[in-house]
Amino acid sequence: MIDFRLTETDRAQLERTRAEAMICRRYARELDENEEEMIPDTLPEADDFYAQAGPVPSTGPEDTQGPVMMLLQTMGHYWGDYSVRLKRPMRGGLGNAALAAAGTEEQKRKWGDLLLSMAITEPGCGSDPSRVATTAVLDETTNEWILNGEKIFVTTGIRAHGVVLWATIDKSAGRAGIKSFLVEKGTPGFEVPHKEKKLGIRADDTAAYVFKDCRIPRENLLGLDESIPKASSGGFRGVMKTFNMTRPLTAAMGLGIAEAALDATREELEAAGVVLDYTAGPGGLGRLSAAAERFMRLEALFEASKLATLQCGWMAGQGLPNNLESSVCKAHAGSAVRQITQGCIEILGAAGVSREHLFEKWMRDCRITDIYEGTGEIQRLIIARGLLDYTRHDLK
Amino acid sequence: MISFGPSEEQELVRDAMREFAADAIRPIARACDEASEIPQDFLETAWSLGLTSTQIPEAYGGAGEARSLVTNAILVEELAVGDATLAIAAVAPSLFANAILDQGTEAQKQALLPRFCGETFATGALAVVEPGALADASRPRTVAEAKGTAFVLSGQKTAVVMGDRASHFLVTARVGDDLGAFVVPRDAAGVVVGEQEKRMGLRALPSTSLALERVEVGPEALLGGASGADVQQLLNGSRTALAAVMLGLSRAVLEYCVPYSKDRVAFDEPIAKKQSIAFRLADMHIEQHALRQLVWQAASLLEHGEDATRAAFLARSYAAEKSMWIADNGVQVLGGHGFIREHPVEMWFRNARTLGVLEGVVGL
Repeated sequence: MIDFRLTETDRAQLERTRAEAMICRRYARELDENEEEMIPDTLPEADDFYAQAGPVPSTGPEDTQGPVMMLLQTMGHYWGDYSVRLKRPMRGGLGNAALAAAGTEEQKRKWGDLLLSMAITEPGCGSDPSRVATTAVLDETTNEWILNGEKIFVTTGIRAHGVVLWATIDKSAGRAGIKSFLVEKGTPGFEVPHKEKKLGIRADDTAAYVFKDCRIPRENLLGLDESIPKASSGGFRGVMKTFNMTRPLTAAMGLGIAEAALDATREELEAAGVVLDYTAGPGGLGRLSAAAERFMRLEALFEASKLATLQCGWMAGQGLPNNLESSVCKAHAGSAVRQITQGCIEILGAAGVSREHLFEKWMRDCRITDIYEGTGEIQRLIIARGLLDYTRHDLK
Repeated sequence: MISFGPSEEQELVRDAMREFAADAIRPIARACDEASEIPQDFLETAWSLGLTSTQIPEAYGGAGEARSLVTNAILVEELAVGDATLAIAAVAPSLFANAILDQGTEAQKQALLPRFCGETFATGALAVVEPGALADASRPRTVAEAKGTAFVLSGQKTAVVMGDRASHFLVTARVGDDLGAFVVPRDAAGVVVGEQEKRMGLRALPSTSLALERVEVGPEALLGGASGADVQQLLNGSRTALAAVMLGLSRAVLEYCVPYSKDRVAFDEPIAKKQSIAFRLADMHIEQHALRQLVWQAASLLEHGEDATRAAFLARSYAAEKSMWIADNGVQVLGGHGFIREHPVEMWFRNARTLGVLEGVVGL
């Protein structure tokens, strides 16, 4: 049944997430201003919070579960802050998702307990991973892969114990030649020169990696398939498939930030005596102030984006293919969060850009939503191909 | 629990309405627009589908299916893919009947609902929009003065859909500081029904002005009886329904532009292969998909009796903005063909702007 009501338990869960997120928000500004510092794995408030909050409420079949709840929780966490967590999980990097999807049983056993980042992007390749220039050359005498290349924008790259690295074993094969490799930190030739300096999510752990004649065992090839498929790019698609739940998650992350901006703006508007009157019909704009009307438009944009994202998660939970929908919600959210956070500042005036408040930070932080995990343009390309029934050769 | 899954019943309704829209609505839409008229045949055919009577309880002559506003939102979207004007006309009787069903007294239900369960098309009309710029349906200027137990209604209404043939009008008015809705028979003294109104869009949709010149009605005319009715809820339903119409219109534009842009060749390839066109189509798809979720949310909250004022506001205003944007871009995708009346896109463009400013013309 189509239903949009949260149960009592749903609400309790989400309130708990928000309470936690609110504590994290206290650290947001300081860590943004001191981006060299690493974010603490556990905040001092954690023990008290968990003691007082008690156990996570148990859920029944009537409650919202699975990916939809996961997306709502994600929005809740990012509503507090993009980077800070009360207690940071020690696993669950992007690389762990790839390991779970494509690793052999032996590899999952060996690497499963480590935090794994995922290194795809390079200085010369972003949205088109088939241009990966990092090479993996097999040394048959030692049964080792020799890795050479540079990676940037590696999420959780500093804290990670290891990485799932994209490299080509045969440049002439294009996409088909790209394979994923498991590389542990501390392997000679694997350097982590610096944390990236960014527009937003400054405190977040984003690293650059350099590989110089870095040797790893032959069995560190993720999935152990050394063959290069001729026509299709099955292996490549296997990795792309992991993007299907990450796109709605990425959307949810940005939307959490946008919701923070909306909530804080609503408080400011109410304090200033601006009335948000939802009874107004099409002829009723005359009794709404410009600020109210602008704000309510942003709310509609947010709600549309949030629901499209939850719908995509719902499909995943039902086991329905959601490739198109995941691009739709990611593209929608990518654009919506930009408009929302920028619009809130416009409504607030100079206070919006003051670093005394978080509005300007939210605007910088959520700008990445439309860029990573496939830019808005890439998502539109995927959507258009789906709509028009075009291949990637038909529509470039 | 949040869920986006239509029931089997809803899927059946969707498929049946989609077929009806393609077979019976789209083929006559242009001719209706040009003639500014809807053939009675069409209304009777639509009537025979039981759009209104299906969810009326058996006690009043209906089929007694469960009342579901989400199902109706799906139904309205599908019909509006065929044509917004004909969709609104086809479900117009439901607007009045469901207001009685949801908020009427037992006596009102018994008196009025059987009219909507007969063999031939019958309708009432909602009179909520008032003339003049910036008229707000939530703040009507029409007043109902108490006169003993009776009421005297004075005011002007416009965009009264089916005003030319409605047997009854549901008129919103101020009652002291409150809002009320009154069931006014067409033949009540002081009711003056105007001429067919001329509009930019929805040209074929019958609608009239309505003047209430000191119309006296008894206490039984007050919707909901002494406890009154929730007029805002009525408007919320109508706004959600309008959003569903605009959603259907948006889909019509998109579904027309996709094959067109694959056929139309410029500079040696289909224009769909140009990113400037392809991305525009992608954006149209993104927005209509997001809009559908807003419509379903508002309809679902209404269905469960939750306060849907905010949800309906968001759905309607988003629908107005995005359907206009989609229709505008539809014209652009077709270029010169978007401007000539051989193609339906210019009609959808006019309809989108019209729908975005109307109120109370369609319900769930």
